[in-house]
Amino acid sequence: MTATVTALRTMTMVAAINDALALALERDPAVHIFGEDVGVMGGVFRATDGLQARFGAARVFDTPLAEAGIVGMGIGMGLAGLKPVAEIQFAGFLYPALDQVLSHLGRYRHRTRSRYHLPMVVRAPYGGGVHTPEQHADSPEAILAHTPGVKVVIPSTPRDAKGLLLAAIEDPDPVFFFEAIKLYRSVKEEVPEGHYTIPLGQARVVTQGDDVTVITYGGMVEVAQKAAAAAQAHGIGVEVIDLRTLVPLDTETLLASVQKTGRAVIVTEAPRTGGFHSEISAVIAEEAIEFLRAPVVRVTGFDAPYPPFTSVEDVYRPHPVRVARAIRQVMNY
Amino acid sequence: MTRSRTSKKASSPAASSAAPDPALPDPHAAGAAAYAQADAQGELFQLIAPDGTVTHPELLPDPATRLALYRQMRRVRHFDERAWVLYRTGRMGVFPPYGGMEASQVGTAAALTPQDWLFPTYRDTGAALAYGLPIPQTLAYWRTSPHGWAMPQNLKILPFYIPIATQYPHAVGAALAEARQGTRNVAMAFIGDGGSSEGDFHEALNFAGALNASCVFILQNNGWAISVPTRAQTKATNLSRRADGYGIPGVRVDGNDVLATWHVTREAVERARRGEGPTLIETVTYRIKPHTLADDPSRYRTDADNAGWDAKDPVTRLRAHLLAGGHLTEEEDAQLTREIEAEFEAALAEADAFPEPTPAEILDHVFAEPTPQLARQRAQILAEEGA
Ligand SMILES: Cc1ncc(C[n+]2csc(CCOP(=O)(O)OP(=O)(O)O)c2C)c(N)n1
Repeated sequence: MTATVTALRTMTMVAAINDALALALERDPAVHIFGEDVGVMGGVFRATDGLQARFGAARVFDTPLAEAGIVGMGIGMGLAGLKPVAEIQFAGFLYPALDQVLSHLGRYRHRTRSRYHLPMVVRAPYGGGVHTPEQHADSPEAILAHTPGVKVVIPSTPRDAKGLLLAAIEDPDPVFFFEAIKLYRSVKEEVPEGHYTIPLGQARVVTQGDDVTVITYGGMVEVAQKAAAAAQAHGIGVEVIDLRTLVPLDTETLLASVQKTGRAVIVTEAPRTGGFHSEISAVIAEEAIEFLRAPVVRVTGFDAPYPPFTSVEDVYRPHPVRVARAIRQVMNY
Repeated sequence: MTRSRTSKKASSPAASSAAPDPALPDPHAAGAAAYAQADAQGELFQLIAPDGTVTHPELLPDPATRLALYRQMRRVRHFDERAWVLYRTGRMGVFPPYGGMEASQVGTAAALTPQDWLFPTYRDTGAALAYGLPIPQTLAYWRTSPHGWAMPQNLKILPFYIPIATQYPHAVGAALAEARQGTRNVAMAFIGDGGSSEGDFHEALNFAGALNASCVFILQNNGWAISVPTRAQTKATNLSRRADGYGIPGVRVDGNDVLATWHVTREAVERARRGEGPTLIETVTYRIKPHTLADDPSRYRTDADNAGWDAKDPVTRLRAHLLAGGHLTEEEDAQLTREIEAEFEAALAEADAFPEPTPAEILDHVFAEPTPQLARQRAQILAEEGA
């Protein structure tokens, strides 16, 4: 962590994000924030609350309702010297903009041999656990992680959210920044005031343990922590690793842990087939198979759309009980 | 890692005619009324008829500008013709020709300065050359050499866009960024009649209007989207009217009359520079040639479809006008041909000398700093390919 930090203040994740955005606007006149409802209203989750009033409608502005337009226009702004920070209101509404992401966002540096690059950040709330309507709970991170030239960041705490977001905005390349809706207001912690960054590509060891490694990120970190606490009560040492960024992926930290414990459980709420959990599993198989004492187990959503049915949402979204079951499974193999 | 070379624009003999001086006296005062009138009568706005006769003497640009546009069209046509020959002899990749559309591309792009942005499609090699993209680099692009992707530092042009319409919103963003940084630079983007069916086209027009972005949108209606004629593309018959839906001006112009395309584009560029927002310009022209040099248009169109378009040729039209007006002699024209040929052959020799990329170069320029994953993949390529 690099920092010019003064004091600590207790913040929610959304407040930490707001704080990071304000600092970024203050520090760099090239930073511009835009999207649907981010201006006057301050965003549907209030992540941009007060920013337009403070920094003006030229720096923080509402766009017409069109996601391809938002990302595509941001690409042009980034090309021409600004630092665009776009908000997609919900990650599940990123799909109209995927052409811009897949065709352009990740390719500009490459296709112009670095004559142009895109220092752009796209923020998008994602994930379930809060009983949202249809398509508001999607976890499309694997699509982005599979797009060359795009970095993918998914914080799980207010402190990380602020430091990672500032690092993302300062990064010379495009970064997707997914924010777990579930965590926006449910967690609070002491966050350093002032500017600091957390480098992209460094995982965080959340809890230490010798028996099982649980690898996860974003909204699933707290779920994994609960399962780890339960296992710990039964004498099983669980090392929870929060990847924090999927691209770049900190394989060093996750492999070191798996080599120590010999067991790996991967937890995400994304659909099962082709998810980023499968990538992690493959990395372990390629790099650490001789250390494994049990097959790698994935705890994930299912190959169905995220259910808009409140009463059964928890069946889809991994619950601590499912994670605990997976921990038992690898322990008893 | 091979580093790309910088622009050779300064050494290009045609560079001086790449962009007419924006400080020329403004001949446009009567323009808007004239093209509104043409549109109302269902005609194309035109300054010279196909035989070179002047139809709007009061709107003609000065002779130097007319000659500069002629020179640029000749130069751009020569590239198209030579590309075909190079392709046939295996010295060029698949190339989308634009022959016959020179007025649509040169008249529009020549209205920009290098401080303005150009977002060309694969069809718009002519526009890129007229804007100032050096010929060696342009050749390299179509030969699929990385040297063709490294855009010159002194121009604001992007590599030709392959996915249809996707660059339209980028132009809006670039224009907005210029304004936010206090410049008066504008962004010009090209699209085809087929491309104007894509959602990105409509989003961009709407964004540009709503955010008052300094954009000039060129819609080249060349009659075809590969095998689909415009009438099967859309029920709309006047594509410039698409602008109406977004509250921005739309202009329809004879896309084979370079003086007309230059006139309306200059006016749109000036409007944008004054901060008065975007314009959509439909240049009505024709794709005489195949979609790409690998395409066989006889599978989907007949001679009857093409009938009449040769007679509207933009280059012979302006040539006739210049000869008749005494602005050009046959001797000067022959001299111009020799200059253009010499320029191209020198550029070709330069392009031939670009080295081929090494295998590991495919991993260059993904991020500012390669991720650990990319570093390992590079090591893998070096081990397996030994380069
Ligand atoms: C998004 C996308 N869809 C399809 C294609 C394949 N394609 C290439 S050119 C073309 C026709 C485009 O026609 P038009 O926009 O009229 O431009 P023109 O080629 O006539 O200049 C198509 C369908 C593509 N390049 N991009």
